[in-house]
Amino acid sequence: METIQMLTKTIEYSEYISILEISYILASVLFVMGLKKLSHPDTARNGNLWAAAGMALAILFTILFHKTRMEDGTLKGIHNIGWIVVALIIGSVTGWLAAKKVKMTAMPQMVSLFNGMGGACAALISMMEFPKMQNMLANSQAATMLNGEALAILLGLMIGGVSFAGSMIAFGKLDERIGDIKSPLLRYFNLTLLVILLAFVVFIMFKVPVAGENWMIYVLAGLALVYGVSFVMPIGGADMPVVISLLNSFTGVAAAMGGFLYNNQAMLTGGILVGSSGTILTILMCKAMNRSLLNVIIGAFGGSAAAGAVSGDKTVKEISLSDAAVLLSYSQKVLVVPGYGLAVAQAQHLCHELENMLASKGVELKYGIHPVAGRMPGHMNVLLAEADVAYEKLQEMEDANNEMNNTDVVIVVGANDVVNPAAEEDPSSPIYGMPVIKVWEAKNTIIMKRSMAKGYAAIENNLFFMPKSRMLFGDAKATLQKLLAEIKNL
Amino acid sequence: MNDILKFILEYREAIFIIILSIFLGIEVISHVPSVLHTPLMSGANAIHGVVIIGAIIVMGHAGNVLSMILGFIAVVLGTLNVVGGFVVTDRMLEMFKKKKKQQ
Repeated sequence: METIQMLTKTIEYSEYISILEISYILASVLFVMGLKKLSHPDTARNGNLWAAAGMALAILFTILFHKTRMEDGTLKGIHNIGWIVVALIIGSVTGWLAAKKVKMTAMPQMVSLFNGMGGACAALISMMEFPKMQNMLANSQAATMLNGEALAILLGLMIGGVSFAGSMIAFGKLDERIGDIKSPLLRYFNLTLLVILLAFVVFIMFKVPVAGENWMIYVLAGLALVYGVSFVMPIGGADMPVVISLLNSFTGVAAAMGGFLYNNQAMLTGGILVGSSGTILTILMCKAMNRSLLNVIIGAFGGSAAAGAVSGDKTVKEISLSDAAVLLSYSQKVLVVPGYGLAVAQAQHLCHELENMLASKGVELKYGIHPVAGRMPGHMNVLLAEADVAYEKLQEMEDANNEMNNTDVVIVVGANDVVNPAAEEDPSSPIYGMPVIKVWEAKNTIIMKRSMAKGYAAIENNLFFMPKSRMLFGDAKATLQKLLAEIKNL
Repeated sequence: MNDILKFILEYREAIFIIILSIFLGIEVISHVPSVLHTPLMSGANAIHGVVIIGAIIVMGHAGNVLSMILGFIAVVLGTLNVVGGFVVTDRMLEMFKKKKKQQ
């Protein structure tokens, strides 16, 4: 009787397991379809929902049907379900509120923060699994820890840790809490640390497993965190999107390590998908800036800036607010070229106000969007959309350049490197070859800038010294406000 | 060398999935317009939150208080990644609605 009962029990359990596996296949399909849809503007929003549905499915079915085979051969389901649900609720409510409340301009930081959470989660899993695995190996008198599970645990911890620490630094930088540390020494330090990190993983794997001896895992975690910090530290604020994208694919790989460890297909496919697509996305972002990934990571932008040294003494010409107001009011076509400075000054709403005010005077105002303007690709589109700027007012770089000759006034708001003529004219310039918006071809150019400081690339911008260029110094928001008042008073 | 061959045989299914997924990931997003880089990155960011499944499994078999606490933290962090990631992406993509109407 007992054996029959045992038998039916076993069959019952394996049915659960096949239900679970089917749910994982479905989840994987939803991830792939979601990602595919996310790469087309019309279907993107749906794609996101599809992927979210896949995730919900995988989580729910894991809680209900996951079984682990114990050492004595019995199958054990998920315990502590109450606590798990509490944790899920806490995470969901916090995540939901944070994501809903964050300002559109702070979006990049938020993505980085969430990415770091995923990395930390992967690292924690490894830290809990390592002692278990080592005890098991020690009990079976294994000579080394040389096996796939141990490798997955150690790599999951290493990559997850780097991703967590790196994302936190990236978050701090985008939030302007942390500055850059640029030192050639840091480059060697990073390389050395990376070698030590990898060597330490190999060292652990060749160690004789001793039950309860877990110091290595803490050392590895510590090293990974330090490396994450020192890896992101020298990279400039404007390059953060590329770094976040890279760390994003790191976390994907860390999640896949977990999938390998648990023989869990949803984690494996999901993680690797993000790992590979994230890497491609990182490379695409670099391409849009005409730079290599290595160049971004080393943070070596502007090293040859001296090559394009300024010849002779040049002076810039300022324009008064009232002159600017008159110039704008009596133009026909005006183009606003926004950049990093617009996002920092949060001046997108004022741009829209300027657009409306000029429209009432019969002046047409459009926006010229450089693909990498702002803090991340597409950042300007999101920012201006937040201020209710109509989509057709946004011109892509090529269209803006084609119409440049007919444009009366270009207003450059907080952009610098994306409007630098050196990219076209000066082969010795570090940004030579990068496509730029040719604002100097317009009839007049007004440049709103806080000071004469250089852009992120730290190179001189000849645009400011061109005969048709006029400077309007000050914070973009304050200047736009004053400009609006001037135009109103005309 | 023998160890490596044995390793590959032992984990052939996982290796198979990994290699195919790499190609799939590359193929799926290779034609994305630059405007969508940010939302796509954010969406992918939410998908790697699948690591939460691992956290649930660990927590589901936690034996002592320490691993309960660590597991609890891991589940919370994983959920943050998943829920926050998807909601942020949705908010970004909300902005693209206008385009659809006009096309």
